[in-house]
Amino acid sequence: MTEELRLLLPSGDENWSSLADYESNDGYAAAKKALQSMKPEDVLEEVKASGLRGRGGAGFSTGMKWSFLPKDGRRPRYIACNADESEPGTFKDRQILERNPHKLIEGLLIAAWANTIDAAYVYMRGEYRGPYENLVTAVDEARAAGYLGKNILGSGMDFDVYVHRGAGAYICGEETGLMESLEGRKGQPRKRPPFPAVSGLWKQPTVINNVESMAHVPHIVLKGSEWFKAIGKEKSTGTTIFGVSGQVMKPGTYELPLGVPLREIIFEHAGGLRPGRSLKAVIPGGVSMPVLTADMAMEVDMDHDTLQKAGTLLGTGAIIVMDDTSCVVRAAIAIARFFRHESCGQCTQCREGTGWLHKLMKSVEAGTATLEDLDTIDEITSFMEGHTICALSDAAAWGSGWFVRRFRSDFEAHVHQGGCPFEGTSFEI
Amino acid sequence: MAPVLPEALRERIVAEFPKYPEKRAVLLTALHFTQETFEGWIPKETVPEIAALLELEPIEVWEVVYFYAMFNSEPVGRCHVRVCTNLSCCLRGARPLMRRLEELLGVRPGEVTEDGRFSVGEVECLGSCGTAPVVQINNEVYRENVGIDDLPGLLDELRQRLDARDAEGESEG
Ligand SMILES: Cc1cc2nc3c(=O)[nH]c(=O)nc-3n(C[C@H](O)[C@H](O)[C@H](O)COP(=O)(O)O)c2cc1C
Ligand code: SF4
Ligand code: FES
Repeated sequence: MTEELRLLLPSGDENWSSLADYESNDGYAAAKKALQSMKPEDVLEEVKASGLRGRGGAGFSTGMKWSFLPKDGRRPRYIACNADESEPGTFKDRQILERNPHKLIEGLLIAAWANTIDAAYVYMRGEYRGPYENLVTAVDEARAAGYLGKNILGSGMDFDVYVHRGAGAYICGEETGLMESLEGRKGQPRKRPPFPAVSGLWKQPTVINNVESMAHVPHIVLKGSEWFKAIGKEKSTGTTIFGVSGQVMKPGTYELPLGVPLREIIFEHAGGLRPGRSLKAVIPGGVSMPVLTADMAMEVDMDHDTLQKAGTLLGTGAIIVMDDTSCVVRAAIAIARFFRHESCGQCTQCREGTGWLHKLMKSVEAGTATLEDLDTIDEITSFMEGHTICALSDAAAWGSGWFVRRFRSDFEAHVHQGGCPFEGTSFEI
Repeated sequence: MAPVLPEALRERIVAEFPKYPEKRAVLLTALHFTQETFEGWIPKETVPEIAALLELEPIEVWEVVYFYAMFNSEPVGRCHVRVCTNLSCCLRGARPLMRRLEELLGVRPGEVTEDGRFSVGEVECLGSCGTAPVVQINNEVYRENVGIDDLPGLLDELRQRLDARDAEGESEG
């Protein structure tokens, strides 16, 4: 029974795409329970009690976020569901959109009941053609079956889901950048306050949650918060979909309880490294999160507290693995280049800082940097952290800056040797 | 001047209005539809008409066109082939793949083959890192786990598709 309530089927290849399949696996049973027998505030309490934390990167309590909505009855209210999934290394929400789209729709429906929501907009990255078609089909099916529309399940609630396409900009995954983009503008993040709960889409109260966060809501409601809390760790409850990419034998997504050892994910689930190779570096949560050395990676468990103590963050649970053939300077350049490309340009620290980081990293690889330049990288990253409109600047500073701090000897070797010691053996960027 | 937006495209855009409290929210969708209609790019002449339809100034449309990586303000090939060159894809050979693609087609990013059929580009992480390297053609479903040896077959498939479309066009005309 427990198995059937996961985000994905354990075997991985089948899917619950169609409404008929989903319904035969307890699909929409949670929505019926919530809308027909629970008060909205009880649903909210259940989600709060479950300890569910956002799966979009920041790990904020979902129930807490919902409780920030104003109690003044102002309507309409919206859900902005984040399906932008653009953090490099991350490909987990896509699994839900392609293999279990009704789970997301049911989660949105229950969230709508709990928070008196009028409509949900799923903001999906524009490149996701397959997932888009799949979700739109599922929404149409759900509407035809009466799970969306007017007076849903006899509850008196009207609610609908619209799927909205982005057009290729990482910054539109940032919650206020997403709202700007959905409203038909450049995806430049807004200053806060006001926070989206009070003034979000079209200045109305808005809840913003990630696809996976929403997809956990049905099983929390059906089985209860105690059941959910029994999975994972005390402050990192439930399962999550870890995506493993890079130099492992079996890259892919693995749905596991939060708190599993990183070593187990890499060496058991993802099949370990190529024969004869050893581990060099692991990014545990998408390229925004500080990289770990092999030694650090072997020690950590994949939950919020353990990773934070180890000097990194869980982020999106996107694990990127590099083996001993990999030049870490190249990895840092690839990351710096990405952030330079994706900075929206509003804040000086971010616009200039991302450019400088990329330039300096490239000069290290080319062998023209000095040891002083390595210190300059450190200074730039501290100037980029904590002073900007959104967290992209911090992400850029952590994502590439921590490579220099944790792999200083590799960077120094480039400086001393006047070039890349891995030339001809490392991956190219 | 005769309108450049075909009536069917206008109708498709207008049909999106009821989903939102403001027409402006349809802008990205309208640009996607326009790009599908005009072989992958957004001709300059369409912009004032899209603006008028959405009750915006042309500059408000232009700044959106330029902001988003998926919108092309210059012509691209009828098959615009983009390779993800972000970290996870590079760890599994995206750079040599990109290089080989450029060689096979004889174009660099920003150029279009003389027959107008192909152009190439690099793209940021496509959200498919577990099946790297990843390639996207126009706005189609991804090609995953693409190796260098898969390229000739892939290009043949695309050429045949273009041939078939040309033959169809001729028989209609
Ligand atoms: C630069 C940047 C990019 C982001 N990209 C995404 C994204 O692609 N998907 C996502 O769900 N959250 C993304 N986030 C996090 C969102 O701002 C937001 O915290 C999240 O969608 C909230 O949902 P959750 O609480 O359910 O995690 C991004 C944040 C930043 C700063
Ligand atoms: S931090 Fe960077 S991405 Fe965020 S608003 Fe400022 S310039 Fe834009
Ligand atoms: S890095 Fe290429 S799809 Fe993510």
